Amino acid sequence: MELHTLTLITIVAEPVLEERLTRRLLELGATGYTVMDIRGRGTRGIRTGDIPGQGIRIETLVTDEVAEAILEEATASWFPHYAVVVWASPARVVRGDKYVEG
Amino acid sequence: MSGQEATLLPAADLLRPCPRGVLPLTEILRLNLLSPITLAFALGIFARVVKSEFSLPRQMYTGLGIYLLFALGLKGGVELAKEPLGVIILPVAVTLVLGCIRPLTSYAVLRKLGGFNTDDSAGIAAHYGSVSAVTFIAALTFLEGMREPVEGYLPTLLAILESPGIHIALAIGALKQADRTESMGSVLHEVLTGRTMILLVGGLVVGYFMAPGTWDQVAGFYDGAVFKGALCLFLLEMGVVAGERLGDLKESGLFLLAFGVIMAVIHGVVGVGAGLLAGLSPGGATVLGAMSASASYIAAPPAVRMTLPAANPTLSLTASLAITFPFNIIFGIPLYYQVALWMT
Repeated sequence: MELHTLTLITIVAEPVLEERLTRRLLELGATGYTVMDIRGRGTRGIRTGDIPGQGIRIETLVTDEVAEAILEEATASWFPHYAVVVWASPARVVRGDKYVEG
Repeated sequence: MSGQEATLLPAADLLRPCPRGVLPLTEILRLNLLSPITLAFALGIFARVVKSEFSLPRQMYTGLGIYLLFALGLKGGVELAKEPLGVIILPVAVTLVLGCIRPLTSYAVLRKLGGFNTDDSAGIAAHYGSVSAVTFIAALTFLEGMREPVEGYLPTLLAILESPGIHIALAIGALKQADRTESMGSVLHEVLTGRTMILLVGGLVVGYFMAPGTWDQVAGFYDGAVFKGALCLFLLEMGVVAGERLGDLKESGLFLLAFGVIMAVIHGVVGVGAGLLAGLSPGGATVLGAMSASASYIAAPPAVRMTLPAANPTLSLTASLAITFPFNIIFGIPLYYQVALWMT
C-alpha cells in the first residue's frame, strides 16, 4: 500500500488552552486534530482547574512546513507562560493527501 | 406545619432550640462545625492529609456541581417570580457595587501591603472579586438550620456578583502589561457563557417563567433532602481538593494566609452592612456577606490563566481554596450571621 510521510505533532498542555491551541493549529494549516484528556505531572506542575493533575494531549498530522510553523509558534507564544510540551515525530500515513490543506 | 415538623424531628430541634439572637457566637460556631456539610468537608481534608487515594470520580464531581447550580437557579427563579421586581432593585444595586469594589480593595492590598507584582495582584484580585457558589449555598443551609428566614431571590444576586469582579481585576492587570495574550472580548465571552452563568442564570429564567404549580412536579428532586445530600457529597470532594492545596501554603506565605482571612472578614462585614442598608433581612444580609467574603475558584482561574499568563495560579487557587473557602465555611458564615444580628 502507498504510504505518505508526514509529521505527527503532539502537544501536551493545560486544559485551559484547548480552544486557543486547536484554533491556531487550523489557522496554521492543519486539517484536523484529536484531543484527549490526560493525567500527569510535569516540571511546572501548574494546575489551573479545580481538579489537579489534568491536562490535554492534542495530536495532528501535518506537512513539514505546517509542523515547522507550529513549532515556531509554540516557542514564541506558548512556552514562555504556559505548561506546554510539543514534539514532532515522523509518521507514515495511509491516504496522506487528506492531511494537506488546499 | 412547623409545629408538626418539630414533633417529627425532635433530634433536630434539640440541636436548635433557641430563637435567633439568643445563641452565643460560640454555640452558633459549634452547631455549624457539627453540621453535615462542615463534617463532610473535614472528612475530605482528612482523606487528603492521610494520603488516601479516595476522591470522587471527576465526572460525578462535575455532575454534582451542575445539579447544585441548576437547582439553585430554578429555586431562585421560582421565588423571584413571587416578588414584584421593584423589591430587588436596591439589593441588585448594592451587589453590583460590591462586585466593583472588592476587586479594587483586593488589588490595592495585595499590591501595596503584600508587595505582589501587578500580574499576581490582579490574578488574585479576580478571584476575590468574584464569588463562590458553594459558600453561598452553605450560608443558605446554615441559616435554614438557624431557622432564619431569607429572601428567596438571593440566587439572582449570586449571578450578578459572579462576573464584574473578574473583569475589573483582569482589566487592571491587562492595562499594566503590554503583551496581552487574549483579548478582553473573548474572556468576557468565556465568563458569560461558562457553566455557572448558563446553569445559574438559565435556571433563574426557567424557574421564573415556569407555569404556576409546575415547580411542585420537580421540587422533590431539586429541593430538600436530595439537594442537601448532594451538597454533602460535593463538600466531601471540596475537602479533598482543598486538602490537596494545603501543601502549597508554604509557598504562598504568611501574608496570603492573613489576606485570605482578613480580606474575607472585611468584605463579609461590608457585605452584611450593604445588605441591611438595601433592606435585606438579617438572614439575607448574612448571605450577601458570605458571598462578598468568598472567592471564586471555578470561574476565575481559567479566565485569569488566559488573560494574565504570568500570574502564578498556585497563589490565587491556594488563597481561595485552601484559606478563604474553609475559613468561610467553618468560621465566616456564623460570624457574618452574628454581625447581621448585631447591626439589626
